[in-house]
Amino acid sequence: MSVLVNKDSKVIVQGFTGNEGTYHASQMIAYGTQVVGGVTPGKGGQQHLERPVFNTVKDAVVETGADVSIIFVPPAFAADAIMEAAEAGIKVIVCITEGIPTKDMIQVKEYIKDRDTRLIGPNCPGIITADEAKIGIMPGFIFRKGSIGVVSKSGTLTYEAVDQVVKAGLGITTAIGIGGDPIIGTPTKQAVELLMNDPETEGIIMIGEIGGGMEAEAARWIKEHGTKPVVGFIAGQTAPPGRRMGHAGAIVGGADDTAAAKMKIMSECGIRVVESPAEIGAAMAEEIAKLRA
Amino acid sequence: MNIHEYQGKAILKSFGVRIQEGIVADTPEQAVEAAKKLKEDYDSSWVVIKAQIHAGGRGKGGGVKLAKNLDEVKERAEQIIGMQLITPQTGAEGKKVNKVLVAQDVYYPGESETKEFYMSVLMDRAAGRNIVMYSTEGGMDIEEVAEHTPHLIFKEEIDPKVGLQGFQARKIAFNLGLSGDAFKDMTRFVAALYKAYEATDSSMFEINPVLKTSDNKILAVDAKVNLDDNGLFRHPDYAALRDTSEEDPTEVEASLSNLNYVKLDGNVGCMVNGAGLAMATMDIIKIAGGEPANFLDVGGTANAQTVKAAFNIILKDPNVKAILINIFGGIVRCDRVAQGVIDAYNEIGNIPVPIIVRLQGTNAEEAKKLIDESGLQVYSAILLKDAAELVKKVLA
Repeated sequence: MSVLVNKDSKVIVQGFTGNEGTYHASQMIAYGTQVVGGVTPGKGGQQHLERPVFNTVKDAVVETGADVSIIFVPPAFAADAIMEAAEAGIKVIVCITEGIPTKDMIQVKEYIKDRDTRLIGPNCPGIITADEAKIGIMPGFIFRKGSIGVVSKSGTLTYEAVDQVVKAGLGITTAIGIGGDPIIGTPTKQAVELLMNDPETEGIIMIGEIGGGMEAEAARWIKEHGTKPVVGFIAGQTAPPGRRMGHAGAIVGGADDTAAAKMKIMSECGIRVVESPAEIGAAMAEEIAKLRA
Repeated sequence: MNIHEYQGKAILKSFGVRIQEGIVADTPEQAVEAAKKLKEDYDSSWVVIKAQIHAGGRGKGGGVKLAKNLDEVKERAEQIIGMQLITPQTGAEGKKVNKVLVAQDVYYPGESETKEFYMSVLMDRAAGRNIVMYSTEGGMDIEEVAEHTPHLIFKEEIDPKVGLQGFQARKIAFNLGLSGDAFKDMTRFVAALYKAYEATDSSMFEINPVLKTSDNKILAVDAKVNLDDNGLFRHPDYAALRDTSEEDPTEVEASLSNLNYVKLDGNVGCMVNGAGLAMATMDIIKIAGGEPANFLDVGGTANAQTVKAAFNIILKDPNVKAILINIFGGIVRCDRVAQGVIDAYNEIGNIPVPIIVRLQGTNAEEAKKLIDESGLQVYSAILLKDAAELVKKVLA
């Protein structure tokens, strides 16, 4: 099962022939992802990485039957690329690009709202379904197939959590990097919901950070509808208010979006919250052991 | 990016938002000339001298003063320019004032009472849309209003398809209890303010107070304008308004090396790839009994040069008693980072504090071997919990 993407996903790469696009498309192909082509306006008709290049996403969809797209275009053009993919009928759009203006993302959110598409990101490491498809920039070799789903705002912290899970003897169904921007396509709650409904996923790791109310929203949903153990961590317990911590969305704005406030709500909603990021894997292993006992 | 009040007001004015007029001055003499000009242009006999720093609460720290004649203008400007202004938002050491804004007196008596309001424009993260937030309680700390009288704060959500509509501007003016000319002027004010917000790629406008004058005009007495860093590529003229003297000098230097660095008050420095892991590493330091001295994300391409630049930045802070390097190698190969650490260490020479290097991911074993065999005074770890233990050990 898994969610969003699997071995049958047909993937195109927007920004295919650029440096980033080329490097990561090669890595995705090496992982076994079905990359069926790419889009670089003006280079349609060429071949790249032994795959066809198209001028438009629409052309690529018509010719290849692609249903997933990954975007590596610069911030100034990324909003346009997302909307082009949505308009062309792509079902899952993964936008890696960091630095898209908020104003552009407000428009994007409005544009895709009533369309049959799901946006992951932007400013995210992508999605991976272990041993099936990697649509992102994560190091594939740390993933093992298993029963734990991961939802995270951060890239390297996701790798950290996955590595701990694997070293604890478990594995991953799907890891969803939702992104660290203030406006993202798939908020924490929606990503958690997908994993909660996935029969192969036994437990969920939810990694958040300071800023915004997405973790609280997800926690309340879990309290109502949760059927699986959830281990949570919030990065930025030591971050001062009002300072942006790398990610555009990682800024404490008030009393409700501090790490402490989020951890409290999550605990109250039945999530097992760990204070140390070094304990994520062990905590998940304990929860799964209880489940199986 | 934050900008000064005088810069923010100039931007607002260029979009037709009425402002309290003023002239910026670097010296008391310029302040006097500015006051003369304001008398000529706006018949303002009294003026307000306002310190220009990137922090709120300036009045509380003595950075905003009324002057009733030119002698007082000179005297007040002399007091404020060069002072170390401490406000609730600056921290204990305060900020040095380099410029003042000499502004017209807008609280003159007239046919009706003056009235202050609060207004801001910002993105509501839950809705993913812009909102206009406003209150009848102007001139006060909005957090206090939110705590004690939340029913006096109103929010108007803007549909991105059509922008702010006339009925919304009218609703705002009605909710603020206005009528007649002041009502009409408020609708114009709100419309122009929202237009300016959209057109400038701003992430926040906070106008506190918005003033209704005694002759029923609506104007911005203060302007806190925060521009979206990610939108600055479209506005090179606004990007040029950055005042690096308002920022921590080490943070400015770090940004020149493409390092994302935020200075903090603790005793353990850290160097990490990725923002989320960097925050998590700060948390680990705290749990291990230290306090993080900084946030530092070296990005996705950590090599010998970035590692060296990061060392130099961290070591500028005399409070740093230990450094924790935490790299999860995905695209980045750990053995390259390890070699970078060794090279940087040898090049810098004598690093006076213990260093803990935790490298995990691609080629982690090779990396640990390199570090262990380098003969340097460096502790190495592969697991995060071992790194935390090492932090505890060196701090003990």
